[in-house]
Amino acid sequence: MAYLQKSPWLIHYDASSCNGCDIEILACLTPMYDVERFGIINTGNPKHADIFVVTGSVNERNKYVIKNIYDQMPDPKVVVAVGVCATSGGVFRECYNVSGGVDMIIPVDVYVPGCAARPESIIDGIVKALGILEEKRTAAVMGVTREQPAPAAPAEKPAGGA
Amino acid sequence: MAQEQVTVPISVGELVERTAQMKKNGCRLVQIGCTKVGDDYEINYLFDKEFALTNLRITVKQDTVIPSVSSVYFGAFVYENEIHDLYGIAVTGMNIDFGGHFYRTTIKTPFAVTITKEGS
Amino acid sequence: MGKQITVPFGPQHPVLPEPIHLDLVLEDETVVDAIPSIGYVHRGLEKLVEKREYPEYIYVAERICGICSYIHSNTYAECIEQIMHIEIPERAQYLRTIWSEYSRLHSHLLWLGLFADGMGFESVFMNAWRLREHILDDMEATTGGRVIQGVCKVGGVRKDIAPEKLDEMLKGLKNLEHELHDLTDVFLNDASVIHRLKGAGVLKTEDAYYLGAVGPTARGSGVPIDIRQTGYAAYGKINFKPVVESSGDSYARCAVRAKELYTSIDIIEQCIKKIPEGPVDVKVTGAPDGEFFARAEQPRGEVVHYIKGNGKKNLVRHRVRTPTFTNIPPLVTLLKGCQLADVPIVVLSIDPCIGCAER
Repeated sequence: MAYLQKSPWLIHYDASSCNGCDIEILACLTPMYDVERFGIINTGNPKHADIFVVTGSVNERNKYVIKNIYDQMPDPKVVVAVGVCATSGGVFRECYNVSGGVDMIIPVDVYVPGCAARPESIIDGIVKALGILEEKRTAAVMGVTREQPAPAAPAEKPAGGA
Repeated sequence: MAQEQVTVPISVGELVERTAQMKKNGCRLVQIGCTKVGDDYEINYLFDKEFALTNLRITVKQDTVIPSVSSVYFGAFVYENEIHDLYGIAVTGMNIDFGGHFYRTTIKTPFAVTITKEGS
Repeated sequence: MGKQITVPFGPQHPVLPEPIHLDLVLEDETVVDAIPSIGYVHRGLEKLVEKREYPEYIYVAERICGICSYIHSNTYAECIEQIMHIEIPERAQYLRTIWSEYSRLHSHLLWLGLFADGMGFESVFMNAWRLREHILDDMEATTGGRVIQGVCKVGGVRKDIAPEKLDEMLKGLKNLEHELHDLTDVFLNDASVIHRLKGAGVLKTEDAYYLGAVGPTARGSGVPIDIRQTGYAAYGKINFKPVVESSGDSYARCAVRAKELYTSIDIIEQCIKKIPEGPVDVKVTGAPDGEFFARAEQPRGEVVHYIKGNGKKNLVRHRVRTPTFTNIPPLVTLLKGCQLADVPIVVLSIDPCIGCAER
């Protein structure tokens, strides 16, 4: 696990999710799973956020919203795609109003599998994102520009899924 | 266990009158839904009174203009806007008309056309 | 009288976990009109029937919504069973009833938590969700899934619950009931909750009925519609009374949900005592030819699944009318006359579930 210098705040956006992953993200905040012990706070303001958690897949209507939130977040920032819909479109991949995974629009750092993703795997994914965030921060301090993973060519994609 | 459900076919002309009759009888509007069968579109107006369902059905072509029943049941506008957006059937006289911007789908009138998607 | 101005509310708003947009027309601080606008999370999953065969499509039907998931799959299965004249074993009917009530418990606790958070009671939110985890643990132990269960299928259910587990669930519910009293006491009797909710967003009985309100939104206004009374699954063999309140304000809708927690626990206890031995599924062959409107009572109200088949494996049409969709016109009506500061609470009080509504 990464060493944390700061308390990372996250912002959550429901792209076109069925709610399953969203309520599991909320469940992560509550006493049973309690991500606040990592200093993580769920914020509503993209300018306050370090981690962008997206659930659900991209469609024509929300892709500008996702891009906009991402652009408003200060650097360094990481993106976590939660659930198979955000990863690839999931069971709704073939629907007429679903374009596909979030990595079509913005670079994704961590993919969390599952339908719905379990709180344990969401926490695992976010902790993984903390490591990447720390790495990006160090790189920025050292003046090294870290190569961003290009959209649609994901850096690491876990095999399988629930 | 098998329940009987009655479907009453009616004409577009008597729709508003029959709906008003249903309201007078103390029924509530459960839903309005459209089904594409071949080139025809079946529109079901489902009513409930004390858990007994009555289904009024009109069968129309896509270019038929159907009258709105939102003057009888205020809440009908959500279903009528939905039918307009998903099937492209024009509805006149809606109390709240979104003018085709209720769903804002990527593909226009998705349920009336055959969609082939890349990779599927 | 002040000048009218329009204030946009949503799609991103702190009290809304999901995107819905309202144009609020205000005169000073009072709402005089509200125009809803949806379509942010529309997927178009009803059209997937063309690509998925009907036994497989139940997994798509379950994913209409991650909160009401189990009851969606249950209603879909029941609709197909009615068309194909399939009689499912009695044990499966009881199991379906048990899981339906478990999902109602989890949904109502989730909503009570969110509602408390909307009013500014963060510790109550945490407490409601802590209790909800007990329900989800039992769900996971019996079905394998926390929020999406995948346990219902056409012709019965996929899993049985062992008698020892049923006893354990019974004990768990007794403990939960004890803890629930502390929680519901806040929503029913706390002075600041009453001050905040009484008289906020009033929906008259007649309006509720003719505007198509369902579920707690209707029952809070004195309309005793509860589809469980039609006796689908094993509800016909269970004694229960729908919870009805008469004042029609946000407090009444909240009270209906708080009291329904106990009704659900009671129904599950009756089911566990009465459940007969036997198989949990029957073999299904062929394909549905015909049409049917199946209804069920979801946590948010009556859901209607319409299925039309023509004897092929792929259905002609699957149409879902979800409770939130039909609760939009009542919402528009009850927002009129509200204070702007009460809008978040009033919107939350119908328990909007947009994922469901837009499908």
